[in-house]
Amino acid sequence: MSVNKSIPKVDGMGLVLGKPAYTDDFAPRDALIVKVLRSPHAHAEITSIDTSKALMIPEIKCVLTHLNVPDVIFSRAGQGYPEPSPYDAKILDKTVRYMGDAVAVVAGTSEHMVDLAMSQIKVKYEVKDAIIDFETALDHETLIHANENTFSMFPIGHDAKRNLAASYEMMIGDVPKTLESCDVVHRATYYTQAQSHAMAEPHNVTAYYDVQDRLTIMSSTQTPFHVRRIIARNLGVDLSKVRVIKPRIGGGFGGKQAIHGEFYVALVTKITGKPAKMIYTRKEVFESTYTRHAMRIDLTVGAMKDGTIKALDMEVLSNTGAYGEHALTVLMVTGAKNLPLYNHVESVGFKGNVVYTNTTPAGAFRGYGAIQGNFALESIIDELAAKLEMDPVEIRTMNMIKEGETSEIFEVMGEGKEGMAMMIESCKLDQCIENVMKSIQWKEKYPMRVMPDGKIRGVGMALAMQGSGIPGIDMASAIIKLNDDGFFSLVVGATDIGTGSDTILAQMAAETLNVPVDQIIVYSSDTDLTPFDTGAYASSTTYVSGHSVRIAAENMVEVILDKARRFFGTEDVSYDGKTVRAGSQEMTLKAFSTVLYYSEQQEQLVSSGSFVGEKAPPPYMAGACEVEIDPRTGRIEVLEYHASVDCGTVVNPNLARIQVEGALLQGIGMTLYEEAIYRNNGRLYNNSFLTYKVPTRMDVGPMHINFVDSFEPSGPFGAKSVGEIGIDTPPAAIANAVYNATGMRIRKLPIRSEDLWEMMNKKQTLI
Amino acid sequence: MEVTLIINGDHFGFSAEPDEVLLDTLRKLGFKSVKRGCDTTSCGMCHIIVDGQLVPSCSYLTVRANRKKIVTVEGVQEKVRAIAEFMTAEGVEQCGYCSPGHMMSLIALFEENPKPTIDEVKHYLAGNMCRCSGFEGQHRAIAAYLEVEQS
Repeated sequence: MSVNKSIPKVDGMGLVLGKPAYTDDFAPRDALIVKVLRSPHAHAEITSIDTSKALMIPEIKCVLTHLNVPDVIFSRAGQGYPEPSPYDAKILDKTVRYMGDAVAVVAGTSEHMVDLAMSQIKVKYEVKDAIIDFETALDHETLIHANENTFSMFPIGHDAKRNLAASYEMMIGDVPKTLESCDVVHRATYYTQAQSHAMAEPHNVTAYYDVQDRLTIMSSTQTPFHVRRIIARNLGVDLSKVRVIKPRIGGGFGGKQAIHGEFYVALVTKITGKPAKMIYTRKEVFESTYTRHAMRIDLTVGAMKDGTIKALDMEVLSNTGAYGEHALTVLMVTGAKNLPLYNHVESVGFKGNVVYTNTTPAGAFRGYGAIQGNFALESIIDELAAKLEMDPVEIRTMNMIKEGETSEIFEVMGEGKEGMAMMIESCKLDQCIENVMKSIQWKEKYPMRVMPDGKIRGVGMALAMQGSGIPGIDMASAIIKLNDDGFFSLVVGATDIGTGSDTILAQMAAETLNVPVDQIIVYSSDTDLTPFDTGAYASSTTYVSGHSVRIAAENMVEVILDKARRFFGTEDVSYDGKTVRAGSQEMTLKAFSTVLYYSEQQEQLVSSGSFVGEKAPPPYMAGACEVEIDPRTGRIEVLEYHASVDCGTVVNPNLARIQVEGALLQGIGMTLYEEAIYRNNGRLYNNSFLTYKVPTRMDVGPMHINFVDSFEPSGPFGAKSVGEIGIDTPPAAIANAVYNATGMRIRKLPIRSEDLWEMMNKKQTLI
Repeated sequence: MEVTLIINGDHFGFSAEPDEVLLDTLRKLGFKSVKRGCDTTSCGMCHIIVDGQLVPSCSYLTVRANRKKIVTVEGVQEKVRAIAEFMTAEGVEQCGYCSPGHMMSLIALFEENPKPTIDEVKHYLAGNMCRCSGFEGQHRAIAAYLEVEQS
């Protein structure tokens, strides 16, 4: 049938053939060019801004500053409502809070003239002290959101007077007491860096008034419905007057969840009545969109001599940059999607502060805290094993979560509100570990080998879990209509950002309707036409949107049967995908639908389905790698990476495999190469592909991906999510492999060759 | 400045700004397969072939292309389709934004070296970035294509 088959992506061939598909491919030819004048200071107050010269240029049709845009405060995070992120941002603000923050928006008919106009805007700044080092931000004498009436929709531990975007604390059991009773207590501090998304397509937006005078925004967004809500409300436009369309997107990884250029372009169109478009430069993508939250994680583990882990205590300091987008929720995931891996503990504690600094805002990024927390947790498990002189795999197997078990954390820690209790009904971690050990030949290679050329090889492992949507919050829906030749339209709010979600959702509909996938025509992500969906984030599409499609398809079968009963006048009806049978009569679906729409008892058959999860079953995985280190230079090479993933039923094995491979390389990039580096004055040092090093095809070694046989009873066709989990294991697995090879424990990302060399030669620890 | 561009065999008269790059010109003329990924010739998404030479169109002045033969993915649809069959069979195109540039590099490579090894492919395509796929699937697809092509 259609599920668990490697069906090619429905849009794949068209994309490779270069068909117009992305936002800018559809921009009207006469769209005004919109550009943003950005702050040269990390923290400053605009004391005056003179746009008169710019406005004298005939080609310039609109200049926006904080003086002439709506003075509204909101969160750009692109989350559900009410948002769990603080309301701390404005369309344009008198205060600029990072180098690259928006100062003015210029729109004109010629790009050259827009550039000229930007140079003619005279801005006077009162430069303020900037906070770049996030470890100094809390209770700093400089306040980044001092002058604004920031607030949160409900308590998230937000306190602008302390530079605190959000904070959280919880304890299950009594951690200090448990630690006292442990044979071994190990504490360590880990640092993870700001990573840039570096998606292929820069953010871009086009806006225009359509023939019904409705404001249409076409955007490279992961969240069209959130964009409509946030833009319309803050521009004072009825939601009914705004349409948001997401065409194809050139990658997102979380970086396109938030509102970026949408406000500027929509406002230009609203004011001028003319179509407008903005394409971010690559520099803007690096400097003025999002990074991953950099973190300091203090982790304590308490265990008995036999390896039984009794307590875990995690304390996080997270850097949200200039605005608090995703501040709380990334923090929560850092704990909630890691600590339950070792659920047999007596007590577990988690607390964290998310602080403002004068750097690029941090936001959603694949892994969403889980990768940061995983680096700390899965490193410390190996450190504990070393201390106890135990095998790190054995210590994991002894303590890890298993099917039929739960963790109180699921109930206590949600994303903005309390979580939901969840029994783990599918968890094949034991199988995952066995698979990667076998495929990497762990027993032969562990812990290290010295090669004839003097290079050292070591292996390392890490386990991971993620979620499948946000239970009780994320909603998705689907509509199916039968067309007049017996094929179906599947209309979904779900947002395909290149992952292939349109394809897997069509597979699910085809499975239930018992028709080939090419009989399902998918249309998605258009707020006028498609039903509601929160969007592509939190690993929700397969599980949450998938369920809505399953329900809609089941309802369509019922609708067909119901019509058949009335049409043929009998209760004895059946449908098998090809034929509608009623008693002794039968009609092909093709003939039936043609008759239904053209000749007899005419009626359009439509069904719908919507879904909100009651749980977010975690996918699990084991990742193992072999690294080779040249002791003469410290050069680290990942020779091969092995991953075994439990994502329940694999809806499309090819697409799932590529999701895991792509995520692994992004994780390897974060571990070894990538870091958004800020100078002391707040300037992003590496703001281009020349200086920001994403892995290229020359950096990648063989990746061996395997999916274990697993079935999640609560999932659509047994499926769980797969989009994020692949990124989580590389930091710890590589750090563990480096330790096994060299005896050097690196607790700071990225792991640099020069740092490793320094440690190996001076026998000093880095932090 | 008035230029004549020979794009995929058709002649286009075009009035170009002195500092205009081919990427922008081609997109204005409707060749939307040519994508902008950066402005430092680092990503390969705007690759096209000019007079038989693979070039990043983001850094090639339009006026320099006067009377030159330009090939974009729109002009080699059947060649691209033959390779793309293997890409889509792996599911490796993902967001697809880097794919047209990637295809142009491959077509240029096969012109120069019809029987490359996978190592030669990796070297030739080193400048074609992809953030979705992890590259390994691309190499599997290319290896499968070459095997069929060469047999």
